[in-house]
Amino acid sequence: MEIIKGKSILNKVAIGPILYHRKTESQVKRRTVEDTEAEVKRYETAVACAEDELKTLHEKACEQVGETGAAVFEVHMMMLEDADYRDSVLNIIRNQKTNAEYAAAVTGDNFYRLFADMSDEYFRARAADVKDITDRLVKILSGDAVESGFLTQPVILMAEDLAPSETVQLEKNMLLGFITEQGSPNSHTAILARSMNIPALVSVEVKESWDGKMAVIDGETGTLYVDPDEETLATMEKKKQAEEEKERLLQELKDKEDVTLDGTKVKLYANIGDVSDVAEVLKSNAAGIGLFRSEFLYLEKKTYPTEEEQFAMYRQVAEMMAGKEVIIRTLDIGADKQVDYFKLKKEENPAMGYRAIRICLTRPEIFRTQLRAIYRASAFGKISIMFPMIASLWEVQKAKEIAASVRDELKEQGVPFGNVAIGIMIETPAAAIISEDLAKEVDFFSIGTNDLVQYTLAIDRQNEKLDEFYDPKHPAVLRLIRFVAESGHKHGCMVGICGELGAETDLTEEFLKMGIDELSVSPSFLLKVREKIRQTDLTK
Amino acid sequence: MEKFQYTITDEIGIHARPAGELAKLAKEFQSKITIKTETKQADAERLMAVMALGIRHGQTVTVETVGPDEKEAAEAVQDFFQAKL
Repeated sequence: MEIIKGKSILNKVAIGPILYHRKTESQVKRRTVEDTEAEVKRYETAVACAEDELKTLHEKACEQVGETGAAVFEVHMMMLEDADYRDSVLNIIRNQKTNAEYAAAVTGDNFYRLFADMSDEYFRARAADVKDITDRLVKILSGDAVESGFLTQPVILMAEDLAPSETVQLEKNMLLGFITEQGSPNSHTAILARSMNIPALVSVEVKESWDGKMAVIDGETGTLYVDPDEETLATMEKKKQAEEEKERLLQELKDKEDVTLDGTKVKLYANIGDVSDVAEVLKSNAAGIGLFRSEFLYLEKKTYPTEEEQFAMYRQVAEMMAGKEVIIRTLDIGADKQVDYFKLKKEENPAMGYRAIRICLTRPEIFRTQLRAIYRASAFGKISIMFPMIASLWEVQKAKEIAASVRDELKEQGVPFGNVAIGIMIETPAAAIISEDLAKEVDFFSIGTNDLVQYTLAIDRQNEKLDEFYDPKHPAVLRLIRFVAESGHKHGCMVGICGELGAETDLTEEFLKMGIDELSVSPSFLLKVREKIRQTDLTK
Repeated sequence: MEKFQYTITDEIGIHARPAGELAKLAKEFQSKITIKTETKQADAERLMAVMALGIRHGQTVTVETVGPDEKEAAEAVQDFFQAKL
């Protein structure tokens, strides 16, 4: 087995035999011609012919990969018409009395270098387009037919380089993926690969000896396995199946409503840790973000993130979600999430130690900075605030008091902010048991099952030795959840679940029957849970 | 001569497709239309030359039109920039 790294174009797995595609380089010879005007005419005819070919390719690409993927051929047509390119070719023919092929090749080379030397990656990638149109002209002039459809069985295609006109001519159902030595992630070939939805690796030093060998492309890690051993093959097969399952779910469910068979609407939200997770949330069309773990920003910094840094991030998420609810959990640092600049003392029992709201209430300057950032961002979308690790009523009252004073301050300064709902995490047994009292104070509860399980069962969830005792579906936990749902609803408080248990599809029906209003799960579980919700009938 | 400035908002910059469309548009006018950056300039009719300016997102360009229909040309190009770039 050989393991090679490349740059991945698409996060997918492909498994199949490699086919090495040798490019037939048309050798361009310089000839001296007497009748230069005849050469000019030949060139004009070749351009017209190339335009016809490109038109056909454009139509074909539109069918196969849609307008965006096909745009490259429009660009090629425009490039063919370019006055500078044309002038250069005609000049060479007339002044140097050469054949049209040679004039086109020299011109192509010059323009290729012009783009290849540019500093910007996008413009640099256009060099390949210049080469593609030049090759086409030379082929037409020298009478070589453009080859097409040479694939007879599904393969991973390997080549030093693939021109866009070549990739689109390949039979789509015969192509599992491709590997090239050239081509940047910005090249048209890469764009086509993306729109054809096939994995591709570029910047791989290809070897002719791989021709015909079995191979795996793992697009996620950008790895190519040539002659994979059985174990790798089995792992990759599994990964591929999981992808296919996900794709199927996505196709079937991405635009479907989160509603049960009996018509009960459920809020299916997503948990995120960073702005970069939002794309996946939007792809699955979740109704909101039920848990935005704000500590990410703190964990990646060397010092306290400023109000502006936080504001920018919250605002971006709020704007990307375009009016859908975004629940931001205030700082949950401590326990297993340590940050040096907080200078927290080492604790014997950090899970039960100085963390989350306990830090916020004793170091209000940190808390106020975050709250100001959140409130300011609320002018740009629908934001809600959620306090973590609540155990007592006074903690909620105190946190709300600070939030109110932040609002007053902003109002005084004339800084706009929106209508922000306030909620709390229910993740300590204490909070669950006094949930009726807490419900009077807040707009919503979100049950954090990971900690709730650990504290209820008194089992450290990070201790592997305790795995056999760790039962997240313990009746004590489920009864607490039911009780929280009931107490919350008594006082008009919305109740959701944002822990890992929320994504357990064998509990979805039970949760919905308890009256849970919202399930917030990791983006990769959204569609699975949606499928389950849509199969559930609460009247039965 | 008519003249205006425009700051590119397109994420990539003046990329291949709009450069091609711009060339087409420029050919509709008799006036000579020039795209200028701080150091370089190109005839708007010439797609490759415009692309070779390598104009990126956030960069400001000056557009000059000279000729009998310079006013209309400037307006049309300005509309095009606002819509596409």
